[in-house]
Amino acid sequence: MIPEIGHLALVVALALASVQAVFPLAGSFKNRQSWMAMARPLAWGQLTFLAVAFACLLQAFLSDDFSVVYVARNSNRLLPTVYKISAIWGAHEGSILLWALLLGGWGAAVATFSRDLPPRVVARVISVLAIVGIGFLLFMLFTSNPFERIFPAPAEGRDLNPLLQDPGLAIHPPMLYMGYVGFSVAFAFAIAALLGGKLDTAWARWSRPWTLVAWVFLTVGITLGSWWAYYELGWGGWWFWDPVENASLMPWLMGTALIHSLAVTEKRGAFKSWTVLLAIFAFSLSLLGTFLVRSGVLTSVHAFATDPGRGAFILVFLCIVIGGSLALYAWRAPEVSSGGRFDLLSRESFLLSNNLLLAAFATLVLFGTLAPLIYEAMGWGKISVGFPWFNKMFLALMPFLALFMGIGHTTRWKRDEAGRLVKELWIPFLLAIGAAIAVIRFLPVVTSRSLLVPLSLGLASWILFSHLAGLWERLRHRRDIKAMAADVGSGRSYYGMLLAHLGIAMFILGATLVSNFGSETDIRMSPGDVHETAGYRFEFEGVETVPGPNYRAAKGRFLVSRGHKRVVVLEPEKRTYFTSGQPMTEAAIDWGFTRDLYVSLGEPLGGGDWALRIYYKPYVRWIWLGGLFMALGGILALTDRRYRTRSRGVDLPAGAVAART
Amino acid sequence: MSKSAKALIPLILFLGLAALLFYGLGTDPRLVPSPLVGKPVPRFSLPALNDPGRTVSDADFEGKISLFNVWASWCVSCRAEHEELMKLSRAEKDIQILGLNWKDDSGDAARMLQMYGDPYLVSAFDPDNKVGIDWGVYGAPETFVVDSKGIIRYKHIGPIDERVWEQTLRPLIHGIETQEVKAEN
Repeated sequence: MIPEIGHLALVVALALASVQAVFPLAGSFKNRQSWMAMARPLAWGQLTFLAVAFACLLQAFLSDDFSVVYVARNSNRLLPTVYKISAIWGAHEGSILLWALLLGGWGAAVATFSRDLPPRVVARVISVLAIVGIGFLLFMLFTSNPFERIFPAPAEGRDLNPLLQDPGLAIHPPMLYMGYVGFSVAFAFAIAALLGGKLDTAWARWSRPWTLVAWVFLTVGITLGSWWAYYELGWGGWWFWDPVENASLMPWLMGTALIHSLAVTEKRGAFKSWTVLLAIFAFSLSLLGTFLVRSGVLTSVHAFATDPGRGAFILVFLCIVIGGSLALYAWRAPEVSSGGRFDLLSRESFLLSNNLLLAAFATLVLFGTLAPLIYEAMGWGKISVGFPWFNKMFLALMPFLALFMGIGHTTRWKRDEAGRLVKELWIPFLLAIGAAIAVIRFLPVVTSRSLLVPLSLGLASWILFSHLAGLWERLRHRRDIKAMAADVGSGRSYYGMLLAHLGIAMFILGATLVSNFGSETDIRMSPGDVHETAGYRFEFEGVETVPGPNYRAAKGRFLVSRGHKRVVVLEPEKRTYFTSGQPMTEAAIDWGFTRDLYVSLGEPLGGGDWALRIYYKPYVRWIWLGGLFMALGGILALTDRRYRTRSRGVDLPAGAVAART
Repeated sequence: MSKSAKALIPLILFLGLAALLFYGLGTDPRLVPSPLVGKPVPRFSLPALNDPGRTVSDADFEGKISLFNVWASWCVSCRAEHEELMKLSRAEKDIQILGLNWKDDSGDAARMLQMYGDPYLVSAFDPDNKVGIDWGVYGAPETFVVDSKGIIRYKHIGPIDERVWEQTLRPLIHGIETQEVKAEN
């Protein structure tokens, strides 16, 4: 019965979404207040019914209702409760339901936090969100119904893929989806602005906090995903350029460009068409990411492959949403004034260059992901673009990004003088050069072949020092500590930027050090054997068998010491899950700010001997710490006063005009 | 270029992309047979992954029905199918499983086999896609079914799971076996 209620709730949500897509939008053009006023209750209604559907699926999982096909495929009586919950988004149908639910949530959030926006804008934004929602609901009801039943019901479920039975992966998809789906709000604002023919600074100001929230979620989601790959996949790698990873990276790159571009549009009225285009692209790439992962077009490279019927549906949907919005853009953009003028040496220029670099890299990633398809379609033969290609492209573009990043933040809007910039930045520049030289001089592993190490570390220091110089410039006229603290309170978006940019520097540092100075050893050890790596002594005590809730594990024990000091006891496991018989390796990791020690069990070699892998990963945490700093920066910027002040629109002429229409 | 023409560029680019994706859907690589099906395996000679002194070549396909599995340690789907391959290597004594370790680092690859077991009789090591190109390898994992005369009979793209084995590969291999037995008599 309950699954049927869930199914019905989806149908009701679809009906509401259809009304929501038509009436508020039509009302905004016909000037009917009552139609526009429907937007908010409808958005809430939609969220309510999606939540009901989600709760029904949750109930089916918790009560082990294996008559529901989706539950039977992805759960099991022995599965721990927390993974019964996360199993909801463990496979296709449930993930789409999560997508729709989050979309409903974003719609309701817009309905709630838009009290100061003109009703016309709210109505349009909520209608556009509903159009996207309709697509997902139709997709679910026609091709991927999570409530489908099977009779007779199997006695036991097939269990969740052991790879997904992990806390990191339990929260990674919802975070990622919050980000993907969150860009729908920026998109909806852009479309609403295009529909109204008004791209102004008010539009940019309204979009900014939404875009930033979505970007923060996406940043956290990607960071979690990378961390998960590191400890769960067991290769000690943290990024694989897998199409699924690329699918999340592309919207992130576009979203990063978008938050910067929105700043320019809001503050200077420039880049309007470009900003709109970025908003469309960021969301389109989120949709495309879903399509690539779900459709089977790139089936050969990933396991999520499903049937082509689904692919065709998503593709048609993509064409309507993306094609439609780009057609709208082609129609409206020529009327948009080009806005504020700026000199070559200005903050606008640097932001534009970084925007272009980010967009170019996103395009390259898209190309790399689709290259096999392009080559086949053109009859150019077979190609596969792998790891080295992506790394090369990344390394070709990112140094420029880092270089400009160090200049842009302290450059003045509209026009700046080279003399002033040199005066402010020569010290950080020399310090960065000094850091690079120190790296060449003192890190013995560096050879002429890997000049990349001093270059990257130099760039990381350049970002650090130039931002510190900017901070000094900002604070040196403050009288005392109190005044400085007050500045942190009033300039949160500045300090948010600072944190996020430092996050980039940390990421560069971590990625460079772990890629160049990490060590990986494979070794056969008998109980009592000792292995030394990077100054650490690993003593192997042996392996014993221990039971788990739905698996049995072989658990190894290592005493790790350095000098005469015990560092840690590491207990890696190798699990065999009862239902699938699939083995899973759980590496034991001792983490630290300057290094991770990583031990995992290979195969038993007889006589108590085991094949083992011992890794030393210096500064690997800085990669994810960098990601977290970026997210924290975003959160800090979100609390900036400008987003809380209610009536600022009044003193801005452009905003006031928009508010009256 | 005029402003309105410029505004059309994104739309045109997207339509190109959409056409490509529709094409991609139409030519579902699972359905389209490889042009190599029915032809003898391409000639090649590569060092073995575990033993660089030994070579793996087209001659290794003769005498037994083979599954030729293209894999890499960086490929998540390969890891997903690994257990199924292990099962096959234990249960199916009439076939041999040969591997093509593709665009991989030999250390990583050896580690993967050490961690999860080695289902392959031998794996050829092809870090630069030299042989992969000749086989039309498109991504990993891919699996070719080759009969005991060295003729490619089928290409499967994507991971092999129990369903693929039971519904597609096993009947196919059974058919080839029957044919071969008949031909001998």
